[in-house]
Amino acid sequence: MKHIRNFSIIAHVDHGKSTLADRLIQAAGLVPEREFRDQILDTLDLERERGITIKSNTVTLPYRAPDGLTYALNLIDTPGHVDFSYEVSRALASCEGVLLLVDAAQGVEAQTLANLYAAMEHDLVIVPVINKIDLPSADVDRVKEEIENELALDADKAVLCSAKEGIGIDEVFQAVVERIPPPQGDPEAPLAALVFDAQYDPFRGAVVACRIFDGRIRTGDRIRFFSNGAVYRVEEVGVFRLKREPRRSLEAGEVGYIIAGIKTVSDVRIGDTITLDDNPAARPLPGFREVKPVVFSSIYPVSSDDYPSLQDALEKYTLNDAALVYQKDSSAALGQGFRCGFLGLLHLEIVQERLEREYDQSLIMTIPSVQYRFTLDTGEVRVVENPQYYPDPVHITATEEPYIRAVILCPERYMGAVMKLCTERRGENPRFSVPGPGRVEIVFDMPLAEVIYDFYDRLKTVTQGYGSFDYEMIGYRPSDLVKLDILVNGEKVDALSLIVHRERARPWAVQVCERLKEEIPRHQFKIAIQGAVGGKIIARSTISPFRKDVTAKCYGGDITRKRKLLEKQKKGKKRMKMVGSVSIPQSAFVAVLKTDKE
Amino acid sequence: MDGHAGLYIHVPFCRGKCAYCGFYSVTAVGEVSAWVEAVLKEADLYRDRFGPFGSLYLGGGTPSLLGAADLRKLLGGVRARFSFAQGCEITLEANPEDVLQDKAALWRDEGIERISVGVQSFDDAFLAKLGRRHTARQAVKALETLRRAGCANLSVDLMWALPSQNLEHWRRTLETALSFDPEHLSCYELTVERGTALEAAMQGISPFDEALACVFFRKTSEFLRRRGYVHYEISNYARSRAFVSRHNAKYWRHVPYLGLGPAAHSFDGQSRWANVKSVRRYAAGIRQGVSVVQFREELTVEQRRLERLFLGFRTHDGVSLDVVGRSPEARRALRRAVRRDLLRIRNGRLVPTVKGWLIADRLPLLFP
Repeated sequence: MKHIRNFSIIAHVDHGKSTLADRLIQAAGLVPEREFRDQILDTLDLERERGITIKSNTVTLPYRAPDGLTYALNLIDTPGHVDFSYEVSRALASCEGVLLLVDAAQGVEAQTLANLYAAMEHDLVIVPVINKIDLPSADVDRVKEEIENELALDADKAVLCSAKEGIGIDEVFQAVVERIPPPQGDPEAPLAALVFDAQYDPFRGAVVACRIFDGRIRTGDRIRFFSNGAVYRVEEVGVFRLKREPRRSLEAGEVGYIIAGIKTVSDVRIGDTITLDDNPAARPLPGFREVKPVVFSSIYPVSSDDYPSLQDALEKYTLNDAALVYQKDSSAALGQGFRCGFLGLLHLEIVQERLEREYDQSLIMTIPSVQYRFTLDTGEVRVVENPQYYPDPVHITATEEPYIRAVILCPERYMGAVMKLCTERRGENPRFSVPGPGRVEIVFDMPLAEVIYDFYDRLKTVTQGYGSFDYEMIGYRPSDLVKLDILVNGEKVDALSLIVHRERARPWAVQVCERLKEEIPRHQFKIAIQGAVGGKIIARSTISPFRKDVTAKCYGGDITRKRKLLEKQKKGKKRMKMVGSVSIPQSAFVAVLKTDKE
Repeated sequence: MDGHAGLYIHVPFCRGKCAYCGFYSVTAVGEVSAWVEAVLKEADLYRDRFGPFGSLYLGGGTPSLLGAADLRKLLGGVRARFSFAQGCEITLEANPEDVLQDKAALWRDEGIERISVGVQSFDDAFLAKLGRRHTARQAVKALETLRRAGCANLSVDLMWALPSQNLEHWRRTLETALSFDPEHLSCYELTVERGTALEAAMQGISPFDEALACVFFRKTSEFLRRRGYVHYEISNYARSRAFVSRHNAKYWRHVPYLGLGPAAHSFDGQSRWANVKSVRRYAAGIRQGVSVVQFREELTVEQRRLERLFLGFRTHDGVSLDVVGRSPEARRALRRAVRRDLLRIRNGRLVPTVKGWLIADRLPLLFP
């Protein structure tokens, strides 16, 4: 156990976490030079493209120290977005220390702070590492000052490196060995293993990543999950070496994987404790909580014929992403689909992109919603996340919506713009602090509904990319909610209905009416598009009918072109959704969700 | 109506480019004789595969600028290579400025009975805007000259929906044309095509009002029908069924046609192909014996059906009910179209109304 170190790298987006991880893996000799590619741990294409980590990965690095001893350094990777903060906390709970990576040019950012606090909550040893010291804009002295002043860490002991150039990598290794303490635990005590991740292997089922705190686990053991009491027989244990490397056993202090014939990752809960069925630990490791979705949206196939294929894709997808929950949903306009719950908006985007790219689905997603709470005159409290189930307003006595505490860190000069944005988004109770010269931290209480849509994009725009954003749920607050319906020639387009704050209903309705006007092609009759709350029309646009569509000349050389156009139109028509006698193209449903062009 | 194939020869030469024209043409009149050679050599390639032809159409470009020697060589060569059915219709497209007495006589002597004159307008201001190189006076003279030379099948091309044109102006245009008692009239709505000089010139000018265009179309149809013309295709009128353009009708009836010359299209009932859009590359290719076909497509059954639908709906003969199909879905669509007065059923055929013609490009989309 003395020769084990368990650590994570935490950093603000873009501060070079993946690059440093790559460099450590390379320096440890895990990958032959020619097979090396950037961001080894980020296995999804999407992660590599966006430069963020979505699924965490873990790797055990062999390191021969100058004292001649070989250490096993377990690098536990963490996802890098607020939507996945619970996963991050479980990964951190598996470590004794972290490398806190700070960009030598950018300095300390909002996420750096948030990550630091998370690490401090777990009493981890924090090793500051200043990365990108090779950049011309690097200002190591200023960054050291920020580390001292804003993070209250000893900057003299900060390790300087450039992961990209391979400078200072050995110093990083040494700091891990010398400054992060070895794990503690009793190999002879009953087994207590913390689950911090699970991935899906099509042949073996769930591969559970865990940290053994006490006891040991061997192939053939009968293990039990604390949360649900499920029992499995262990088929294989081992450590991660980019590929899985089987071992006879895993012992207290070690990090590795367990394969036990578990069919899907949704049977495995992050944060759960694994023990032995015949010799269980007295109590589970602390900190387990069920991850609950907070953002909801329905997914429909573009062509209703593709419903079975979408169902299949979702089933396969959730094998590997336990956080996505879904159930059947249906819409008069869009046919059969699924109501899905997501951890946040980024999670939603990831699911959408992966379904489209990896599972080749063409999707229509409805406007995301949060879970609203309605108290009825019978005293019943109803939680509604799908506008279809909006209760009859006559019986509603109280309405509430979930609030978050939004923490925004940005350079001082953007403070006005951020304040304006947050106020527009119904932000309340603003607080400020100045964590360092020229920088402000702005805290608002805001409705979750206001940030799930395009808040993050807008924040990036108004702060020219310098603003960072983090949030936590702070519970429900009373709110004046209504259901907004969109009608096309008097017919309700159910997929466009929305539960929304009364004040936000009109601007939203106006925008939707305009977008639909742009997207719905002219018909032979006039089309009225209306936004309505209750029976009251609050926004309206009209599409004038076309009277004429005829080519003056059509001779021998025009026929092919004309036919091709018709073929295209016919194909487009098949993809149209009918609402009454109006054909609405798929693009209209997508356009409604687009952020303002500003 | 005969089922013989049509022969089209593309004469790609013009003295200048008209503002609205999207057809392929060049001004290098010096290459005419090389082009004649090439067309005849290309004809050799098809001599066993096509014919007898029921029509010959010299289109362009500007076929009327062909001199006597070139024209005689071309027609003689084509006649030597292909057979033509009894009473074959021979058409030549002419620009008014070319129609002089000797040309009219030449065409008559060469057996070209049908002359289609690109008058477009009898208003000099509009002619200038369109980039035409003739005046209203020249147009009138051309029609007079043709009649005097004994032309018994005269077709006049006119354009409407000219910027700021009103109905009265258009009626006067039609009256002037009718004073020559033409056997055939083509009345085209001015279409601003992409990449033409007209498109550039129209920048900032509001397009012709759509509702007004509908009125023009209906009024034109009414006016000419009252004057005894058959409105047999969206833009075409004949003094009687005998004067329907037999060549153009082949396109709309899906009858095979062979196109010779650069940029010419051909159709043999199964596939369609088109030659390169360059006189030089065309002539060089033919000389060297390499294929000048730049585009070729094999039509599927479904594609042939779609073409029959949209081409048929352009004409007053419409489409056979067999093409539309008899599935419940097709019947439903048909009933709906009839109820909306877009189509009518006549002798087992589905024929468009004037209202239907206004949305002719969408009629095929009504059916499964």
